[in-house]
Amino acid sequence: MKSSVKMAKLTSLFVILLSFFCISEAVFEDQVGKFDWRQQYVGKTLFAHFESNTQSSKKMFVATDKNIFASFNSRTGDLLWRHVDKTGPEGSIDILLLHGQDALMVVGDGRLLRSWDTNIGGLNWEAVLDTGSFQAACFVAIQDTVKLVAVLKKAAISLHYLSNGHQKWVENLPDSDAVQYQAVYSGGEEEVYVLGVVPNSHLTIIAYSLEDGEIIKQRSVEASWLSSIESSCVVVGQGVLMCVDPATLALYTLPIQAEETPEFSQILLQSLDLEVFPGFQPVLVSSQPHPARSPLSEFFLQLGPDHHVLLQLNADGYTIAPLRDFQPAFLVSFATTGKKTVAAVMTPKNETACAINLFSVDSGRRLLDTTVLFPLEPNGGKPHTLYVHAFLKKDDSVGYRVLVQTQDHALTFIQQPGRVVWTREEALADVVTMEMVDLPLTGTQAELEGEFGKKADGLFPMVLKRLSSQVTLLQAWLAHLWKLFYEARKPRSQVKNEVTIETLSRDEFNLQKMMVMVTASGKLFGIDSKSGSILWKHYLENVQPNAAFKLIVQRTTAHFPHPPQCTLLIKDKDTGLATLHVFNPIFGRKSHIALPALPRPILQSLLLPVIDQDYAKVLLLVDDQYKVTAFPSTKNVLQQLQEMASSIFFYLIRSDQGNLSGFRLRKDLSTERIWEVVLPTEVQKIVAVKGKRPNEHVHSQGRVMGDRSVLYKYLNPNLLAVVTESTDTHPERAFVGVFLVDGVTGRIIHEAVQRKARGPVHFVHSENWVVYEYWNTKSRRNEFSVLELFEGTELYNSTVFSSLDRPHLPQVLQQTYIFPSPITTMEATLTEKGITSRHLLVGLPSGAILSLPKMFLDPRRPEVVTEHSREENLIPYAPEMPIRTEWFINYNQTVARVKGIYTAPSGLESTCLVVAYGLDIYQTRVYPSKQFDVLKDDYDYVLISSVLFALFFATMISKRLAQVKLLNRAWR
Amino acid sequence: MASVPRSFLLLSIIPTILILCADFACCNTGRKTGDGLDTDFSGFSVPLEHSFEVDDVSRFRMRGALQLRGGRETSVSLSQSQLSEEDRKTLKEVAAVDGLYKIRVPRVSLTDRQTERQMDGYLTAFVRACSLVESHLSDVITLHTDVSGYLIGVSIVTIPGACRGTEVEDEVDLEAFNTTLTIIAPTNAPQPETALFIERMDIEHEKRGKPQEQKSFFAKYWYLILGGAIFLMASSSAQPSAGGAEEQQS
Repeated sequence: MKSSVKMAKLTSLFVILLSFFCISEAVFEDQVGKFDWRQQYVGKTLFAHFESNTQSSKKMFVATDKNIFASFNSRTGDLLWRHVDKTGPEGSIDILLLHGQDALMVVGDGRLLRSWDTNIGGLNWEAVLDTGSFQAACFVAIQDTVKLVAVLKKAAISLHYLSNGHQKWVENLPDSDAVQYQAVYSGGEEEVYVLGVVPNSHLTIIAYSLEDGEIIKQRSVEASWLSSIESSCVVVGQGVLMCVDPATLALYTLPIQAEETPEFSQILLQSLDLEVFPGFQPVLVSSQPHPARSPLSEFFLQLGPDHHVLLQLNADGYTIAPLRDFQPAFLVSFATTGKKTVAAVMTPKNETACAINLFSVDSGRRLLDTTVLFPLEPNGGKPHTLYVHAFLKKDDSVGYRVLVQTQDHALTFIQQPGRVVWTREEALADVVTMEMVDLPLTGTQAELEGEFGKKADGLFPMVLKRLSSQVTLLQAWLAHLWKLFYEARKPRSQVKNEVTIETLSRDEFNLQKMMVMVTASGKLFGIDSKSGSILWKHYLENVQPNAAFKLIVQRTTAHFPHPPQCTLLIKDKDTGLATLHVFNPIFGRKSHIALPALPRPILQSLLLPVIDQDYAKVLLLVDDQYKVTAFPSTKNVLQQLQEMASSIFFYLIRSDQGNLSGFRLRKDLSTERIWEVVLPTEVQKIVAVKGKRPNEHVHSQGRVMGDRSVLYKYLNPNLLAVVTESTDTHPERAFVGVFLVDGVTGRIIHEAVQRKARGPVHFVHSENWVVYEYWNTKSRRNEFSVLELFEGTELYNSTVFSSLDRPHLPQVLQQTYIFPSPITTMEATLTEKGITSRHLLVGLPSGAILSLPKMFLDPRRPEVVTEHSREENLIPYAPEMPIRTEWFINYNQTVARVKGIYTAPSGLESTCLVVAYGLDIYQTRVYPSKQFDVLKDDYDYVLISSVLFALFFATMISKRLAQVKLLNRAWR
Repeated sequence: MASVPRSFLLLSIIPTILILCADFACCNTGRKTGDGLDTDFSGFSVPLEHSFEVDDVSRFRMRGALQLRGGRETSVSLSQSQLSEEDRKTLKEVAAVDGLYKIRVPRVSLTDRQTERQMDGYLTAFVRACSLVESHLSDVITLHTDVSGYLIGVSIVTIPGACRGTEVEDEVDLEAFNTTLTIIAPTNAPQPETALFIERMDIEHEKRGKPQEQKSFFAKYWYLILGGAIFLMASSSAQPSAGGAEEQQS
């Protein structure tokens, strides 16, 4: 007891000393990119355009669902520039149009019209549009040059100059309450046409004069079958509106510009020998290569999921000739270069690839030597959209490159003849959760491990085994030496250290790990933490878009020969039904383990420290009837569960009812409710609950105070931090509540209310402290508050902690500070043994990640400095928390829209691995107490060894001399 | 509450230590506290129920009545009867199989008496039956309220809290509860202490001694300026003749 106290004193003193010397830290210029990497993403592509139609053009432009407008280098797939707009509907990109050097964009459901210079990505101009939701936009040409852009809103149409964004005219649309205006068309004439529909009644066509916005013509056409222009109509040929009606299975044509009262003319699909796939809504695809000219008279009609037909509208304007039938064909797209327009069609070739071919639009003939193969990955998404970049080659034939977007948001750029130039995994722009898994040992190391794993069979065989494994180790070492020697002769640039899945092995200090990332689209990635290269990917196809994920490491790499095992719990947020995906985190392969049937919604999942005979931790799933399912559920596990049942407790939280309740497992795997705490929802609502991380180690039990007594920490592993926000949002009455609840007994350990505060609350719960950040509504600033719990100067029971046997409440200390910046996320560093002092990693909206020493968030910081506080190295209290730029661990590598920070311990006590994810992914290492266990890079080995040798020889020589002298003296 | 050891030293260092504002009333045995008392303070009473069964299926029975009084100073007292012989037997049996002793109180509001009836449900807590037996029914029951006076949680612990397997021979020890009852309202978390900090800074400034009075530029360097002026005047009075002569020459 006494010695442990002393140890605690010593070590905490040591840590304090260490941390005191290491407050300032920063990256040296030559360390940039050595231990860290950043990957930038844009999200799921909504619109993509290529620069000019020449073979040498390198730029392409995308607008994405993450409200980002970006440009890629099409040779490498690297980002040239990227504009990150506001999140949510305010910054959503409605449309992206490209003309020459200008990229036109309507943002925020018709709020803003922007023009970008595509060369440098600069903003040319921005115009604020009138209110009203956006419907459509198109370029308008006057005398063959594109000068204007028309924007159609729900109740108005406006024309803007391309050069400066000034409004030429704006006109209210007649009868906009009844008529839904959905399309705007300009074919290079003197008018611009607006098409509206009264669903299942009639179609309205209005022609506006380009000059002054005067209505030239307005008429309505009977169309009782038409419900939406957007989904069923396109303009083809010389201004002919082409619609498809899935009910009557017919095409309807209507000349828009016709003078006399027009009527739709019907062409039955049957008359063209076409048949619609049952239940499929036919889709029309047309192309208008240049805004100053009318669209092509050729168009695609999609009749089924893999059936497309190329049709041509004849010159008379109401007859149609089929050009070519494509079945099977997944995707089709038009592409124009110069005067030539081609159609690209993707057809399935075999299990592993799709073929893309070009066809002449005029005749429907296949162009020779245009086949490109698109490789289908076994665990990838299906192709979703085709973007074709066609260009004229020197011999005037059409060449092309193609960008394929797959369902998993990946972009693949392919060049003739079928070479994948680059792939961008844009699913990584939305990482939901992640884990870091240790890499496996090398083959020889694993063999050694395996030797100890096997059962002993006598002394002699064990000795033999030992010898043989030593020999293999020696062999491996010699081979390694030989490789080093061999490579040392080669120039450094030729030595490639490419990481592949085969060469993966743990390094000396376990600094390189496998990052398993789960994305919102349902694609899983295995990423090497050292280089950032994607080693495996797996797309889960039938994941609902609103699913919640929980990633659990059931078996780590430490149990050779059993492979590591991760389980992903996918829960549908609406129904609560859950599915499990069990996989090997190193290779990404799905395990063929029998999964438990989960017919009922899952409320809670918990990973027990109980392991089965294969060293996999047991996962318990609690359903809505409070029945428990164990996974894996072998006999061994069930037996263990029965034995331990009375000591397995879990809690459930229903934030909609403000209800926290605790349960105990019974022997028959049913449960009983044992405690209940109810926070009335009329007063406050639960916004977040956090326990402690199970892999967290706390090295010192207490803190040594100035008078050499020890203040013991209250280290309750079952403690939950529950944060609530008041339902009353009035700035004077709003509050944030912090409850510390024991998860086993339901005892409220501490209950504090932060008055005049509101969320969003970010908090970290670790060791014996909780740090939370909130918005002070009175002073209008962000504030940090820290709560620390101490048992006092005596421990109640120093050997073991039990929630059931801690009658005394801990002492709670709290202090609050002003923080000069809002924050987006927060996490604490984590190290192997918990000796290193802790830092908080704070993600700021600016994209910086701040490493804030926990020392600054210490409720024992004294107001008045005394001898004792100085002894303890407590920093005197200052109400404002500093932000020092050298604390930014990502220097200039900003991480856009940081959503989460993940920390993992490494094999070195001083080093903590950090991954920040959001739109970008950034990986680095932090050393909260500096690298106290590592020799510096510039450590002078030569000097120290030469000094050693010199001393050694000096002693040898002086010894000899002394001997000679002694001998001489003896002779004398 | 009162038995929580507090370090005096700590209190002296950190004036911001949070002291839970707890008003507690201790009550034991079956003696009823004065009936007239709680009517005076417009208090009200809610049942405190307990359950201990060998098969762990909750069957709550009356243990006592909690007299609650809301308002500025909330207080609580408890009147409870002794355990019957049958109950004592059951409790010992439950303790022998490591069962749980559960208590529950209805959800009520201490301030708003109107809504009291509308809220349904109970707040439940438990303690191991063996620790209750081994502590000779010495328990600490804590009621927690939220900012608006709703009861949100109840907790029960025994002192001592451990189960050592010691036999309680004397039946008399299990007759009456020795209950310490506390009611805890949430503490107010501190705001950043700007005022104190500024005060401290001011004191430090004063300690350092009054900084030298800021003299004006002229007050500081009057002798230099004066000297310079005299020098200039002297030189200018000497020069004009020479300068004038030069000008005339050119």
